[in-house]
Amino acid sequence: MITTASSSWDWSAVADFMPHFWDGVVETLKILVLGSLISFSVGLVWALAFRAPTRFVRWPVGVVTEFIRNTPLLVQLFFLYFVLPEWGIQFSALTTGIVAIGLHYSTYTAQVYRAGIEAVPTGQWEAARALSLPYRRTWTAVILPQAIRRVIPALGNYVIAMLKDTPLLAGIGVLELLQRSRLEAAQTFQYTEALTVVGIAFIVIAYPSSLLLRALERRLVR
Amino acid sequence: MSADPNLTKDQPNPKVDGSELIRFDKVVKRFGGNTVLDELDFSVASGKHVTLIGPSGSGKTTILRLLMTLIKPDEGTIKVNGDYLTHEQKNGSLVPAGEKHIREVRKNIGMVFQQFNLFPNMKVLRNITEAPVTVLGLSKDEAEERARELLEMVGLGDRCDAYPTQLSGGQQQRVAIARALAMRPQVLLLDEVTSALDPELVAGVLDVLRDIAHTTDITMLCVTHEMNFARDISDQVLMFDAGRVIESGPPEKIFSDPAHERTREFLSAVL
Repeated sequence: MITTASSSWDWSAVADFMPHFWDGVVETLKILVLGSLISFSVGLVWALAFRAPTRFVRWPVGVVTEFIRNTPLLVQLFFLYFVLPEWGIQFSALTTGIVAIGLHYSTYTAQVYRAGIEAVPTGQWEAARALSLPYRRTWTAVILPQAIRRVIPALGNYVIAMLKDTPLLAGIGVLELLQRSRLEAAQTFQYTEALTVVGIAFIVIAYPSSLLLRALERRLVR
Repeated sequence: MSADPNLTKDQPNPKVDGSELIRFDKVVKRFGGNTVLDELDFSVASGKHVTLIGPSGSGKTTILRLLMTLIKPDEGTIKVNGDYLTHEQKNGSLVPAGEKHIREVRKNIGMVFQQFNLFPNMKVLRNITEAPVTVLGLSKDEAEERARELLEMVGLGDRCDAYPTQLSGGQQQRVAIARALAMRPQVLLLDEVTSALDPELVAGVLDVLRDIAHTTDITMLCVTHEMNFARDISDQVLMFDAGRVIESGPPEKIFSDPAHERTREFLSAVL
């Protein structure tokens, strides 16, 4: 007869996991915040480059972003973490992970920004031109404030998607939530407790965030 | 409501002596295979109020958009204040102008659009001060003072801190007029400025424009379907058809005794 070791829920296992769990939460949030910042800023650079006056900028940027967008994040993580050191470029797993996820998501946010910029009516460009506003000023004072306001909800959705992709960084050994729970479970063989806690943690972060986003969307889209 | 008497006082080149301010010389503009302006010649004297009338598609708005350099002519030249607008002299020959030259000449021109095109991300006051501060280099205080005077003049002195979306269409258009005037242009282009307004809001906007027309030296080039307004403010009316001026003259003449059959047809359809 076979009995499973963890057929019943063990609260003490949950309690034992808690210290490491919080470390994992901090690590995951760190990845999320820094990764988002990278994806927001690099994505904007891509979006502006899509509109560059010369195709010698537009074309390479298009190829690079399509390439990044259409290859799996896990492959990119492995490439950056295992292949780059062979060329003498080496960062910690955490840094590599943050850069990879930020860069990967920047190709999505770039499309969001692009749509937001295109949604600004032509009349805004014309009014800026009629007032002789310099090109740069037209972007910073007129176009981008309107475009970004429109795309904040869409960017927020990608932050939540990014949160759910952070466990991929476990693949290169970053001690985020999933990796923490695996290490814990590997010692105690109590997988149920550790993985359940992690699953709940993701819901607890993601669901209120999406509610917040919906509220934000109602405020911004007028 | 009274116009600011200083409105045109310190313009760079206040030529209000009736000399030629705008000249179109054999201007051709095509969109695809469609020739909208066909070797168009016409000129506007400084300080005059000129109304362009004619059926839609006859090229009236295209003229304003050419002057504002929102589009470029395919052939021919445009002069503003004696300077080529989209060309410049280089080594004795005429070449397409660089952006810097265009910006300089364009500073003499302001435009009010059919759809207002206020910047929705800026409050009313900043809509008006943005360009004087960043383009003319006015101090923020100076620009705001001027903006308040202009808002007073268009009857919106109390709406400085509103966002454009909080205003009615008519109010937005009056802000747009103030915004254009804040740059102290010599020429004000008015592109069907009441066409997008609810009927009850039209009068307020036209009153402001009448006021400006009668109390300032600014040259106005106006595309409108408001024939009474055109009759009121214009020194000269140009009738357009198929990319050409087919008739021009003082409003009394054009509206009561048009010489051209097309003009008669057009007026009987709109009046």
